[in-house]
Amino acid sequence: MNRFDYVRPATVAEAVAAAAQPGSAYLAAGTNLLDLMKGGVMRPARLVDLARVPGLDAIEALPDGGVRIGARVRNSDLAYDPGFARRFPAVAEALLSGASAQLRNAATVGGNLLQRTRCAYFYDPASACNKREAGAGCDAREGENRLHAVLGWSEQCIATHPSDFCVPLVALGAVVEIEGQAGRREVPLEEFHRLPGTTPERESVLAPGELIVAVRLPGEAAGFAGHARYVKLRERTSYAFAVVSATAGLRLEDGAIAEARLALGGVAAKPWRVPEAEAVLRGARPGAEAFRRAAEAALAEARPSGDNAFKIELARRILVRALTLAAAGTPERLPALPASPHAPHPGVSLHG
Amino acid sequence: MSLSITLTVNAVPRTIALDDPRVTLLDLLRERLDLTGTKKGCDRGQCGACTVLVDGRRVNSCLALAVSLDGAEVLTIEGLAEGEVPHPVQAAFIEHDAFQCGFCTPGQIMSAVGLIREAQAGDDPERVREAMSGNLCRCGAYKGITEAVLEAQRRLAADAEEKAA
Amino acid sequence: MAELASSAAHVRHGSSIGQPLTRRDGQLKVTGGARYAADNHPPGMLHAALAVSSVARGRVTGLDLEAARAHPGVVAVMTPENRPALAQDPNDKSGPFVFRMELLQDDTVRYVGQPVAVVIAETLEAATEGAALLAPRYAAEPVSTGLEDGEAFVPPAVGVGAPAEVRHGDVEAGLAAAARRVEAVYETPAQYHNAMEPHAVVAAWEGDRLSIDTPSQGLVMAVGRVAGLFGIPPENVEIRSPFLGGGFGSKGAISGPQVLGILAAKLVGRPVKLVLKRDQMYGPVGHRAPTRQTLRLGVDGEGALTALHHHVRTASSRYDDFFEPSGSVSHTLYASPAIATTSDAVRLDSGTPIFMRAPGEASGSIALEGAIDEMAAACGMDPLEFRLRNYAEVEPTSGKPFSSKALRECYAQGAERFGWSGRPLAPRQMRDEDGLLVGWGVGTATFPALMMHGQARAVLRRDGSGLVETGAHDMGQGAWTAFAQIAADSLALPIDQLEFRAGHSGLPDAGIAGGSAHTATAGMAIHGAGADVIARLAELAMTDQRSPLFGAGNAGVVAREGRLVRRDDESRGESYAEILARAGLDEIEGRGTGAMDQAAQEHYAMHAHGAVFAEVKVDPELGQIRATRLVGAFAAGRIINPRLVRSQYYGGMIWGVSFALHEAAVVDRRTGRVMNANLGEYHVPVNADVPSLEAILVDEVDPHVNALGIKGVGEIGITGSAGAVANAVWHATGVRVRRFPIAIEELLGQP
Repeated sequence: MNRFDYVRPATVAEAVAAAAQPGSAYLAAGTNLLDLMKGGVMRPARLVDLARVPGLDAIEALPDGGVRIGARVRNSDLAYDPGFARRFPAVAEALLSGASAQLRNAATVGGNLLQRTRCAYFYDPASACNKREAGAGCDAREGENRLHAVLGWSEQCIATHPSDFCVPLVALGAVVEIEGQAGRREVPLEEFHRLPGTTPERESVLAPGELIVAVRLPGEAAGFAGHARYVKLRERTSYAFAVVSATAGLRLEDGAIAEARLALGGVAAKPWRVPEAEAVLRGARPGAEAFRRAAEAALAEARPSGDNAFKIELARRILVRALTLAAAGTPERLPALPASPHAPHPGVSLHG
Repeated sequence: MSLSITLTVNAVPRTIALDDPRVTLLDLLRERLDLTGTKKGCDRGQCGACTVLVDGRRVNSCLALAVSLDGAEVLTIEGLAEGEVPHPVQAAFIEHDAFQCGFCTPGQIMSAVGLIREAQAGDDPERVREAMSGNLCRCGAYKGITEAVLEAQRRLAADAEEKAA
Repeated sequence: MAELASSAAHVRHGSSIGQPLTRRDGQLKVTGGARYAADNHPPGMLHAALAVSSVARGRVTGLDLEAARAHPGVVAVMTPENRPALAQDPNDKSGPFVFRMELLQDDTVRYVGQPVAVVIAETLEAATEGAALLAPRYAAEPVSTGLEDGEAFVPPAVGVGAPAEVRHGDVEAGLAAAARRVEAVYETPAQYHNAMEPHAVVAAWEGDRLSIDTPSQGLVMAVGRVAGLFGIPPENVEIRSPFLGGGFGSKGAISGPQVLGILAAKLVGRPVKLVLKRDQMYGPVGHRAPTRQTLRLGVDGEGALTALHHHVRTASSRYDDFFEPSGSVSHTLYASPAIATTSDAVRLDSGTPIFMRAPGEASGSIALEGAIDEMAAACGMDPLEFRLRNYAEVEPTSGKPFSSKALRECYAQGAERFGWSGRPLAPRQMRDEDGLLVGWGVGTATFPALMMHGQARAVLRRDGSGLVETGAHDMGQGAWTAFAQIAADSLALPIDQLEFRAGHSGLPDAGIAGGSAHTATAGMAIHGAGADVIARLAELAMTDQRSPLFGAGNAGVVAREGRLVRRDDESRGESYAEILARAGLDEIEGRGTGAMDQAAQEHYAMHAHGAVFAEVKVDPELGQIRATRLVGAFAAGRIINPRLVRSQYYGGMIWGVSFALHEAAVVDRRTGRVMNANLGEYHVPVNADVPSLEAILVDEVDPHVNALGIKGVGEIGITGSAGAVANAVWHATGVRVRRFPIAIEELLGQP
């Protein structure tokens, strides 16, 4: 780990001012940042520690029925907040399917949004990576890439965003509150992460020094609480990143789908909301046929970036699964294995 | 750069002069405070061997900067037993042979203590397995670990009930 | 004396052997008090960190020494330019298991992760960053990274000096005459031991005396290697290794990085600690080589094998030899009039592969058990019935009888406990209540009952207590406990009257902790040492007119709970303390040796056996697999401590699950880099991966393996289990995946 200046501002304004200096990075829990620094992937000259900045760790109910989540709220505190989990169960399920209990106890909401890809070539300073070093090239493109992106990738970068949390957040229309030297602004999460294009080193719309202070879910997002799930495919039962994941939220009226919210994880450089598929479902009767049509629509633009064509069909199937489970209704209590295909799902039958 | 922090480690308040902000909580414990019970298995938050409680919550001490924890309370494996009396989790680990080489054990035990405090798993073995999945054990002592956590949790609950009565 | 020696072989009143004692080191391990190598911190100690190569072949052409040295806290940078001299060339190969090391002898790079410099600093932070600042430059050369690369050759030997080819009967004739044939190619990946404890060394020199804390599965070998390299007498080297945080073969021979830590201490003249980073364990400390195995089987109309050919393609490094002996299981497991095992290999630009838990047996077993399952299916037979049809009454390739073989009982007890009888023959027939596919598979487990060479010393003291010492290694298998149990029995003392010492190079050589042979080897040495001291004590008593045992002569005496008594009249006897006191002795000492009985070895085939039954569930659309239930029944001779042995079996079974479903090094074929050199993406099972395990200890008395009747239990659990899980995946899905670990995409074909 490189040497760095350590500053511990006492207010958001101080933090933003401190981070304006080039080479600065914000430190929240550090669960991703320190990992990257130990690997020599990130070498910030200055860490701006948010530990003492007030006002970042509240979960507040909003008048519209929504919620405002401070950027430093810990993943586990949010997932286990009874009010939050009841209103946004797919978000809680996604949170609890991520990482480990220890990491969730430390990792923060803001940090989760900003976590970096797990692409091994990004993590390996000896490999060429346009994300790590603009213009260096991409060794993943012809490398070991069976888990890489199938949507939204470019020749310059085929990495995926690893977050679980962001997948239901983006589906539910979350908004990111950002503070910078120019003041406060808001960006829908859907527009927060950038696709790689020719500038994969720019991963979000944050300007240098800008700070996420909160994430907001609108009140209408709670309208999906009765039919909201997150499903995550992994190569071991727990403590693994998603091969692919999906969330589905449904608002049913008179047995038909009044509104659907769908997003995929592990398929692109950002949490991938699929409005085309949501549109397919509007007014449809929930069922295998409609779900499959939605899945086809969701992956219509997908193409393999390497040895990963299987992820396209897998993404369709996991979307169908998420829809099937969501249609059956959110369980009273999250399953023992959150988001796992191996969690029991009484009342839902899988036809093979 | 010299930074002074205060930490309460195993119930003892300490003022620590840090010459380097890079020191993680894990390396502080192991290399500077002679508390080597906490182990370094991966140093990247991927194995759980370094699990300790910070302000009552289990975390990976390898991914926490010591300087950032100024004012925190830290509980490590060395501070768990009450004198010579082992903590129920420690006793249950021995009884259920919940370890072999023992290297991941301090992390497993601290994780188990954290899990029981979180009170989310109840008596469901599947929830315990899931909640202990952040602690790798290459020897494969998972069966004993799950049994030990469940038994220790029962004992702690019974002790608490007894105290309340 | 002979009588006394053999009498202790039998379980008797007050025996410690066979008791499910909890671990003697348990209290230390649950309190953080167990001191592993990296927990030591001698005064004045500095920290060392490795800089390692990121290319697999070539030369180092430059290091930014200035940047490293300028980093505050850095004390020295060790490179080939200033590395202290060694008495031996690290490239010299004085024996097949003296492995070549990279000790900064030159600028050559042989594999990714090879140490190219060592930075020594006042703090760990400074050493680590100093190493990063070296930013090596290379002249890189093209690399070989796959089993297709380069010219294959037949190695002179595989495993531990075993022949690369074994032929029994005429395989081609057997195949030609077969009613059915199966040919299948199975692939296993490179795997890394990934003990939870990274290799670590704390080294301190005092003149030409060297004191080391480092984990070792072979203390005396390590002493010899270190003494040889540094040109000092072995007695000048002291190694403490009371606990290993797992070894699994990777700590059998001392590794290059451990020696580099010793060199660093010599360079700076202060104690030095060097601990590998996790990613640095994917190179210089060994791995299990990848294999591609071709199995050809023939059966007659009754499902009896007519031929079995097991060909293994594997790989060693470009610069040293170790060849994964995957064919060995085919010599032993199934009866066939014709069996051939053949091997060839290529050379890769990787670190040298080495023993990894069940070397050869694990990789070979998953392939053989798969092919056997395929043949059972082809014959329309239940896979267990098929295995029984081909049960080997004698060892097929050698024709020797087994010293003992309770495999039938293993099959029967395991099947009963698992509920195998309800299994539908065809695949893809079972679903659980949630619609997940369910499959059941079986695999046969086998591992040779080996013995190394070991010694022990036993002492009886005037206060009636005993001391037994041997330089045994506790990697987690329970050496501290099991050997103390054997020791207590050998001295006929209650275990709390016994002091047991191990884990130190100054103690008698216990032999290497490997080959599942440690308990038998050091156990027999302890057993012999105890018998020796008892015999000496008996001699004292029986020749002393003042002793009630005087003249016991032909009838002899027997040791009972701290006393010697007449065999023909157990009421006549006296305590050890009384005998020693009268003789004016403070203590009396005996010595023992454990070694293979060559004569028995010539007459008998010696193996442990087992049967593993596995249930998996597979998501029919998504392909995610979980091994939901495993039952293993194992017969491995005398069980010293059933509690610890169960744990060994569980651990082995989990390694089997891991082999079939989880672990593999992902190697970039262009560079030879392991792209998942971490514990986040090199998947080993987590707790939630193994919800149900059962191990049945099947009774087995083996009068031939050794006087204690001990076989080994450390490795057998992987064999059988890996195949059982893979076969269960086939049974669940109808898809026969022959490349491990089984990947999700292999199962997506048929929703």
